[in-house]
Amino acid sequence: MSISVQHISKSFKKVTAVNDVSFELKEGELFGLIGPDGAGKTTIFRILTTLLFADKGTATVAGFDVIGDYKEIRNNVGYMPGKFSLYQDLTVEENLDFFATIFGTTIEENYELIKDIYVQIEPFKKRRAGALSGGMKQKLALSCALIHKPKVLFLDEPTTGVDPVSRKEFWEMLKRLQQKGITILVSTPYMDEAELCDRIALIQHGKILQIDTPQEIIKHYPKKIYDVKADNMYRLLESLKSFEHHYSVYPFGEFVHYTDKREDFNPQELQQYLATKNHQNIKIEITKTTIEDTFMELAK
Amino acid sequence: MKRFIGFVKKEFYHIFRDKRSLFILFGMPIAQILLFGFAITNEINNVDIAIFDKSNDATTQEIIQKISASKYFSIKQNITNEAEIETVFQKGKVLAVLVFEKDFKKNLTKDNAAKVHVITDATDPNTANSITNYISAIIGSYQKEINKNSTLEYQIETKSRMVYNPELKSVFMFVPGVMTIILMLVSAMMTSISITREKELGTMEILLVSPLKPFQVIVGKVIPYIFLSIINAIVIVLLSIFIFKMPVQGSLFLLALESVLFIITSLSLGILISTVSATQQTAMMISLMGLMLPTILLSGFIFPISSMPLPLQIISNIIPAKWFILILKGIMLKGVGLCFIWKETLILAGMTLFFIALSIKKYKIRLE
Repeated sequence: MSISVQHISKSFKKVTAVNDVSFELKEGELFGLIGPDGAGKTTIFRILTTLLFADKGTATVAGFDVIGDYKEIRNNVGYMPGKFSLYQDLTVEENLDFFATIFGTTIEENYELIKDIYVQIEPFKKRRAGALSGGMKQKLALSCALIHKPKVLFLDEPTTGVDPVSRKEFWEMLKRLQQKGITILVSTPYMDEAELCDRIALIQHGKILQIDTPQEIIKHYPKKIYDVKADNMYRLLESLKSFEHHYSVYPFGEFVHYTDKREDFNPQELQQYLATKNHQNIKIEITKTTIEDTFMELAK
Repeated sequence: MKRFIGFVKKEFYHIFRDKRSLFILFGMPIAQILLFGFAITNEINNVDIAIFDKSNDATTQEIIQKISASKYFSIKQNITNEAEIETVFQKGKVLAVLVFEKDFKKNLTKDNAAKVHVITDATDPNTANSITNYISAIIGSYQKEINKNSTLEYQIETKSRMVYNPELKSVFMFVPGVMTIILMLVSAMMTSISITREKELGTMEILLVSPLKPFQVIVGKVIPYIFLSIINAIVIVLLSIFIFKMPVQGSLFLLALESVLFIITSLSLGILISTVSATQQTAMMISLMGLMLPTILLSGFIFPISSMPLPLQIISNIIPAKWFILILKGIMLKGVGLCFIWKETLILAGMTLFFIALSIKKYKIRLE
């Protein structure tokens, strides 16, 4: 096991941030902690990176205990905190060089590992980190976290505040790192990124709702989901909620996701109902279940 | 060791790329020493006074001559009636009015006593005091002159000699104080800010999750500031020697050693501040309110400690600056060696150890 978390709990004053959480990561696995802001993701990261003590439970990272062997862990993990911790007044190259030095290595020694990522920002290596775009900062932060060839990589919301193209590129990079044998624990509030992980844990209010592969999690969703669309989305939402057979109704992009209580639901019936409520251009289509749907269902 | 050097290198980048801290580091010492040396002074020079001479005879003329001949006073105007005294003070034209009584010479020769009245504007009490003293001294010396030939019996003559600063130059008093304040400011405030900046930016989180040991982080933070503070101390001493002709009577080597000791005291205070504050703002406020104010007010820099109420005198003992100012005055003005200031040195060293021990105890290797 690369990471093992057993019954970890952590409270801050009156707030329980993490409540009896257990999960395990196999070597070389890309594991996602998926949950909204305030779910306890960052606290779990900080416990595993030896920055916080858990109130209860035990955890090991790369075979080392997070409390007793914290020095070994600090030598063997790469950590990229929520806000990219770079020195804004140092240049790209100086930042990377600094992190290489304090981990007792050099850029040249591990250049192979970061090459894919670093070549994209290398043209700007004389630029100060503070003057980089969000996507470039993120790449630099990842390079800095990787420069000492860690066994385990912790990425706390690495894609928050980054444009969609950079996000996509970033996940491709993670896949490549994984192939080099690095275990990666990543957290994200974006449900669409969950499907790119080997396994995910859905987490809310400090509790894990479900752990499985994204495919399994979607497969176990009990209902058929329909995309519903009409001209006035706000009124549509209201009307659907007042439909007596509705099971769940929530906005999803440009559609409303609708599920019905009955097994033998006929979309025609809903169409007629909405027509009586004076909706225009009504569209109802069956759609694929996503992680977000599952999360909404589990978090109910 | 390589890790540590890398860390120190980074600290120097931070300092030299931040224009504001560079300004504080090198602009402040020069500006302060020049300000205190030239502008803020207790000496009187060319004070404007007015004369109300009711007698207008040979003696009063001679006295007036003597006063206007000194570099301390310049006679602005002559007054002819009582009411005018009030007016010239209110207009702020003069700081003192000298009133000679009627028949001054006649009284002096006939009754052996004549009166001269010195009226001063005491809105600034220190200056008023000095003016009165200076005028009394001039009249006194004139009196001695006219008594030269006749022998007076039973005369007590007070002769005073100001040692260590015979010209009573106030810059001699300010240099040790300003040096203390600047070293304190640069060392304590800048280190506490630079450590809390890492906390605020979140880089501390990464430094913690790295093989760097806490004391390496702290010492790495402190070393650049030791270096810069020493440069500052040298600049201040050079400025005071070459611009203000301040003598350094004692050993320069001892002065350097004591300065390094005080720099380390201030740095350890800075580290202590950074362990209790979460943001740069807090660190700055604590440094300014908690260190600068007591240093200026209670160290004996501006206000003599011996004239403070007892509780404040007791409090002044815990202010490191007080001891350093004593040491500086000892070395620079009195030219004493270590055997006269070992007590102060020991106190400073003890304080330093205490602050360092406390900061190590308070420094967190984790986030809580």
